[in-house]
Amino acid sequence: MALVKVCGIETEYGVLVISAGDMSPTTASSLLINSYVSRLERKIGWDFEDESPQRDARGFAREGAMPPEVETHLVNAVLTNGARYYVDHAHPEYSTPECSNPLQLVCHDRAGEVILARSMEAARRLLPPGEEIVVHKNNSDGKGNSYGCHENYLIDRQVPFARIVQRLTPHLVTRQLFCGAGKVGQENVGDSDAPVEFQISQRADFFEEEVGLETTLKRPIINTRDEPHADPQKYRRLHVIVGDANLAEVSTFLKAGTTAMVLAMIEDDFDNGRDLRLASPVAAIRAISKDPQLSTVVQLESGERLTAVELQWELHGLARKYCEEQGFDFIGGDVVGSMVLERWEHVLQGLETEPESLASEIDWIAKRRLVEGYRDRHGLSARDPKLSALDLQYHDLRPEKSLFARLDMERLVDPEEVETAVTEPPQTTRAYFRGRCLQLFAQAIVAANWDSVVFDIGQDPLRRVPMMEPLRGTAQHVDALFDHCTSPAELLTRLGS
Amino acid sequence: MPEREQKRRPAQREEPIVEEEEVPASTERADKLKAEIDVLLDEIDEVLEDNAEEFVRNYVQKGGE
Repeated sequence: MALVKVCGIETEYGVLVISAGDMSPTTASSLLINSYVSRLERKIGWDFEDESPQRDARGFAREGAMPPEVETHLVNAVLTNGARYYVDHAHPEYSTPECSNPLQLVCHDRAGEVILARSMEAARRLLPPGEEIVVHKNNSDGKGNSYGCHENYLIDRQVPFARIVQRLTPHLVTRQLFCGAGKVGQENVGDSDAPVEFQISQRADFFEEEVGLETTLKRPIINTRDEPHADPQKYRRLHVIVGDANLAEVSTFLKAGTTAMVLAMIEDDFDNGRDLRLASPVAAIRAISKDPQLSTVVQLESGERLTAVELQWELHGLARKYCEEQGFDFIGGDVVGSMVLERWEHVLQGLETEPESLASEIDWIAKRRLVEGYRDRHGLSARDPKLSALDLQYHDLRPEKSLFARLDMERLVDPEEVETAVTEPPQTTRAYFRGRCLQLFAQAIVAANWDSVVFDIGQDPLRRVPMMEPLRGTAQHVDALFDHCTSPAELLTRLGS
Repeated sequence: MPEREQKRRPAQREEPIVEEEEVPASTERADKLKAEIDVLLDEIDEVLEDNAEEFVRNYVQKGGE
């Protein structure tokens, strides 16, 4: 029986400083986050005790690879909704709290956008008139620099990593059909590449390996970072780095929902015997991205040749059969689970018959319609910088500038729920305990991270409350506890008993 | 793109009611989307960054992750 697919999304936002001398992007990111966080009652720092981003899931040491950096000196906050908001490299980054289903994750991913938009407003008030820090939810500057949007999924430590590589890769290569964010032009162009006007994915140009530990160079389709942030004997946190940052809620929902289903099938070793391994995954992810007409055929190791849509139909059929047998407990119950299967089917049908009909659901199709509509109306060449400007501005998070916001895209989550998620944690994971502790006892908390909260109640030593189980510390588990505690000391005493 | 031009269909409104019922829902949806994009394209120049070329040139990010 597959584990509940606890999941989260970490987004590095593009950051642009408008006429503010020579402020570095790192300084701008710090200023942005501090402007937001300083409005809150008390800042709680991140605790780095258990960070080990260099550990490899395949069980061997790095040989001369670049260690992923963790910058401890920069602003790094934990919010009352259980999220982490910090500066990573030269970008503001928002990590959603742990969610227990893909719809809840959409809500918290959107709450992150709201927080970034409010940070821009707060920073604008601190800066001289005319100066501004602007944030884009995209993954590339169009000049060969990429920044990530990573997903995380809880899986059973017992699952052989090789099985994950074999069966997840075909999905990660082809799911861009519904979660690509679209891109005008291409980057990292090789000599043999034909020019591309528009491609499906922001990120495909940047992937060079099938499997590996890196995230900043020679990016792999399957990332092997082994940092469970949970009981390492029982769990793995699969770190998926290959996705685009999505604005379309349907894209985010399907990105997380379909991947959770494929992972549950891998965990339960559910298979119809058909080997879907691709002969050349890296070449395939790029070729599929560069063909918005969707006719590209990729070759499997078995020699069979099929399109990305056909491969996705295979995975969908398998997932439907799996869910008929196993139910939807692993993905938050019947409502959300059947919503994933139905929407997945609807989108594949649309892609097959009339992709344009999905323009209010899927990012790359919405963006392409905008770019091509503008190009045709003004008779522009495919290389006109206005089209690249449209591309960038699709992702602008300023409400008055965002082109996405003008498109009337389909919403899956009520805006009121998103507003709640700006300050309130999900009720169904350990993020609830973290968030409630911060809401109630912020004065006594010196630090927090994914798997612990550290209290200072005025006596030595500091007290660390471990949270090694992502599905414990939910509202159901701890609401009664919080109801009976009037002080952090009382909470610690009750937890210890 | 030529293919998109071909997909544009004559206005359905003038067709007899019986035939209108046979119009697939996806076409109605596509027409609605087309109307929406026209409205957006009408106003987009007001929103678009003033100097697109300069804006795009100055949009430089450091790599991340």
